[in-house]
Amino acid sequence: MVKLGFNIGDLNFKNPVLTASGTFGYGSEFDDFIDVSALGGIILKGTTLEPREGNPYPRMAETPSGMLNTVGLQNKGIDYFEKYIYPKVKSYKTNVIVNINGSYVNDYVALAERINSLAKIPAIELNISCPNVKMGGMAFGTNPASAREVVKAVRAKYSGKLIVKLSPNVTDIAEFARIAEGEGADSVSLINTLLGMAVDARSMKPSLSTVTGGLSGPAIKPVALRMVWQAAKAVKIPVIGIGGIMTAGDAIEFILAGASAIQVGTASFIDPGTSIMIIDGMKKYLEEKGFSDIRDIIGYINKTA
Amino acid sequence: MAKRIESLKIIDKQQLTRDIFVLELSGKEKIPEMLPGQFVEVRVEGSPDTFLRRPFSVHDINYGQNTFKLLIQIAGKGTEKLSRLNKGEYLNLIYPLGNSFSIPSGAQKILLIGGGCGVAPLLFLGKYLKANGHNPDVLLGFRNSERIIEYDEYLKLGRVFLTTEDGSSGEKGFVTDHQVLKAAGYDRIYCCGPEPMMKAVASYSRENKIDCEVSLENLMGCGIGVCLCCIVPTVRGNLCTCTDGPVFNIKDLKW
Repeated sequence: MVKLGFNIGDLNFKNPVLTASGTFGYGSEFDDFIDVSALGGIILKGTTLEPREGNPYPRMAETPSGMLNTVGLQNKGIDYFEKYIYPKVKSYKTNVIVNINGSYVNDYVALAERINSLAKIPAIELNISCPNVKMGGMAFGTNPASAREVVKAVRAKYSGKLIVKLSPNVTDIAEFARIAEGEGADSVSLINTLLGMAVDARSMKPSLSTVTGGLSGPAIKPVALRMVWQAAKAVKIPVIGIGGIMTAGDAIEFILAGASAIQVGTASFIDPGTSIMIIDGMKKYLEEKGFSDIRDIIGYINKTA
Repeated sequence: MAKRIESLKIIDKQQLTRDIFVLELSGKEKIPEMLPGQFVEVRVEGSPDTFLRRPFSVHDINYGQNTFKLLIQIAGKGTEKLSRLNKGEYLNLIYPLGNSFSIPSGAQKILLIGGGCGVAPLLFLGKYLKANGHNPDVLLGFRNSERIIEYDEYLKLGRVFLTTEDGSSGEKGFVTDHQVLKAAGYDRIYCCGPEPMMKAVASYSRENKIDCEVSLENLMGCGIGVCLCCIVPTVRGNLCTCTDGPVFNIKDLKW
């Protein structure tokens, strides 16, 4: 039996397959298709202090091997989350992680404090990389001083595991990974979507209501792999790889590049069963390659290169 | 009914017009019970530039034969690829998805209004209404006589009224110009078609205080309510077309 588990500090994950925020709702949307509790963890839809209506339609454009979105963090806010969503998600037998977002540092801190009091949420993913909001989001994740400030402020008030979700829209990803680690983050996850756009020649208009949006899907996988590799070399905390993972083979590539775990995102739209298939496929890969523990292949390419 | 992912076999393909075709599907498993207005998300295989699934209304269903039909119009790369599929090939579906038209319990005077390939969910709805003791009228609008589809199928349901934009069949003009809307006092209208048509029908229904449900089509990422891309602004805030719809009462829409 191969071992797939990994740890963020003393928090154990039974396997390294998590679901990316914004692509997995609150889990229950997938109950008809998979046993959500069999996943390593689920990262819930981005949550803010106040309810947000998000951006106008159209919010999506299909692009070769991917899609652009500009949802703009539509969610019902933390009060609603505590009252109606938390009671449901807390029964999943997996790590349930909340992705938090804000316009100001104080928003992030207030959210982190609220979630700190929810016993069944062992970790937060600090989203400093949303490209689709006017204030906050990616603005924090693309400026070293702002990134430092928000991670430090949240760390001071949050005692659970702190995962910082990094933006790929920077020149030096390693710098941001180091900042997160330096300010006490327990893990970094990357990449969030790449800023992109699409134009509709037929209507002679931008395809998205906000003109630009976040690109996801297999189209971004090579960029994500490169950044995960760079970040993993820069820090000692676990790196969670995200970006265009559709198959177990893709997931393994991220592990070989240095990720301790991965998140499945856009792939869940095309096949809601992708995450579970990836767990099975990763097991098979390790068996075939003769490894008994996935930890033995984390960053393996660096050993041979 | 629980949603499922399944590969179904194309057991028949009918070309209705140059760009509209019907695929009849069946599988080894018993097809789930579905309601009129519900839809499926179809995967376009082996095609990186049509990465996401395509939503299609359930067009007709035959539980006895364990089959159902999708009516598809070629509108872009995805549907163009689907049009090249043949009998015997397989289609991967996530289904059944979305809500359904609400069916009145008492006797009501009902009109179905469809435009172009927007008639897709109305055949199933019409048959369902008929099976539940209703006798709906049907009003169909097409661009011209060459684009009329499945007229005879609707005749089996009851009275059928027709408009074409060029007057080559039925009354000339749009569905909202048809005489039947000036005369008959309908209690309820179900509508599916191009958005300008549905908006016109919605404002007619409002003016005449007729209960009206429309089936919306939006760009969808997932079909299961997680990507929040297919939103429609409503009096209850932004709702997902895929899970809160695709059928909406016009009272809820900000039209």
